[in-house]
Amino acid sequence: MNRLRRFLQTPEAIAGAIILALLIVMALAAPLLFPGDPQAIAGPALLPPFQDLSLPLGTDRLGRDVLAELFHGARTSLAVGLAAAAAALLIGSVVGTLAGFAGGLVDDVLMRITDAFQTVPGFLLALAFVSIVGPSLGVVVAAIALGAWTGPARVARAEVLSIRERDYVAGARVIGMHPLEIAFREVLPNALPPVLALSSVIVAAAILTEAALSFLGLGDPNRVTWGGMIAEGRTVLRTAPFLSVVPGIALVLTVLGVYLAGEGVVESTAVRRSLS
Amino acid sequence: MTVLAVSNLAKRYRRGGKPFAAVDDVSFEIGRAETLALAGPSGSGKSTIARLVLRLIEPDAGRIDFEGADFLALSGAALRARRARLQMVFQDPLAAFNPRATVARVLDDPLRIHNIASRAERPRRIAALLERVGLDASLASRAIHEISGGQRQRVAIARAIATRPSLIVLDEAVSALDVSVRGQILELLLDLQRQERIAYLFISHDLGVIRAVAHRIIVLDSGRVAESGDARAVIANPQSAIGKALVAATPRLTRSRP
Ligand SMILES: Nc1ncnc2c1ncn2[C@@H]1O[C@H](COP(=O)(O)OP(=O)(O)OP(=O)(O)O)[C@@H](O)[C@H]1O
Ligand SMILES: [Mg+2]
Repeated sequence: MNRLRRFLQTPEAIAGAIILALLIVMALAAPLLFPGDPQAIAGPALLPPFQDLSLPLGTDRLGRDVLAELFHGARTSLAVGLAAAAAALLIGSVVGTLAGFAGGLVDDVLMRITDAFQTVPGFLLALAFVSIVGPSLGVVVAAIALGAWTGPARVARAEVLSIRERDYVAGARVIGMHPLEIAFREVLPNALPPVLALSSVIVAAAILTEAALSFLGLGDPNRVTWGGMIAEGRTVLRTAPFLSVVPGIALVLTVLGVYLAGEGVVESTAVRRSLS
Repeated sequence: MTVLAVSNLAKRYRRGGKPFAAVDDVSFEIGRAETLALAGPSGSGKSTIARLVLRLIEPDAGRIDFEGADFLALSGAALRARRARLQMVFQDPLAAFNPRATVARVLDDPLRIHNIASRAERPRRIAALLERVGLDASLASRAIHEISGGQRQRVAIARAIATRPSLIVLDEAVSALDVSVRGQILELLLDLQRQERIAYLFISHDLGVIRAVAHRIIVLDSGRVAESGDARAVIANPQSAIGKALVAATPRLTRSRP
């Protein structure tokens, strides 16, 4: 409770929290409010918004309900963003911990691999990966994670390098603890806070990357995505701009919300640390 | 019977690009239930010797025999198993534990790692260990940062004796404690030594403390042994220049045991 109050101190954090909460409600409510297939035809094609009460945001080129697509798209965006960020943070923490804790050759090899991944832009990597393996939700998540784990790996490694010199790590060795248990049970949890501070940026980037992939037609074809909606709307941009603008605004608000809320969390923990 | 025999131990570091010896040709032995003190000014190599003996760092030369076997020949699982017999207590009891740990977990680890007690049996063992070092068994559920410094150092000792070691290395183990708490911890250490026949490698810069607990003493100077012998005799009548300086710097030596 206290933590929540501290988190909600700045207006930015409040705005971020509201946007995120709305987004989560949208994602969770999508199958309840719009139980049918959002990709099914719901009315006449290219119906403008605010004309028909049952189709408040109108329909797209094929007569699909834009509001239903928007809700189901929130589901995809959030699921892909969170899953990809979770995967990136997991891979990054494990690689960074192994590199920092083992040192020597293991460290050199792992950091060269990290360098190699970092020099290729994450989006190109995701693009290449999806083009080769084929678009499906799991592949998109993996593709985005592939380009996003290097940041967490570097931060985790730097943190582990300082923690591993602490007395308690020597103490763990003295009682005969296995090096892997020391690395992952004693060191990694204490190295996590600065790594987790990256999560909002990674989630926001992952949502954008997913949208960009979908925009290029490399998203899961069986799911509605905001990127896909923008791409769809592009062909009728002059006559029905709302088809691109509505999902575009949703995307911008989402990324903004994730980022602001993330900053709020980092700030509130920083305040707590400086107070204690 | 000799528990630990160290011969011609050397460890070199680089300082400003030039190699220098942090530990240089040091030899000593510790017998069963004996306390050997390492004294010397700051930077004389005391902690380095402790870390070498514990295999936290590797020597450049020398030999370490522990319980009659070549300790430096061990590696991997064999070394980890042997560590049960050779334990350590650090100076700062807060830094010596994982900041997220509870007292129970800190004591559970050695029992689990060395298969000393089954999972079901361990809570009882932990309670017994806590009582052995003069703490209430109810302390087990507390977080490490929620107990006092003196209690924490008692937990550190409980952890060290959990695996029934024959030797405990204590690097300035009482230096960070209040004088009154220090006396109690020293009493506990002496009591444990009498009951369990544990040997101590006792590192301290405080000759008063050393005289109260140690049988023999080694005085170090720049990584070398300056002098050694019976602790009381050396402190009463130091022969080396560094020994004399250390005694002169400890005014309260006229007082006796804590
Ligand atoms: N990892 C290291 N790298 C370089 N030099 C080191 C390292 N560890 C110790 N030294 C140096 O070795 C010497 C001995 O250090 P050591 O920590 O053993 O001294 P000490 O006797 O324990 O001192 P104190 O009483 O201050 O704890 C010092 O000059 C120290 O600077
Ligand atoms: Mg020292």
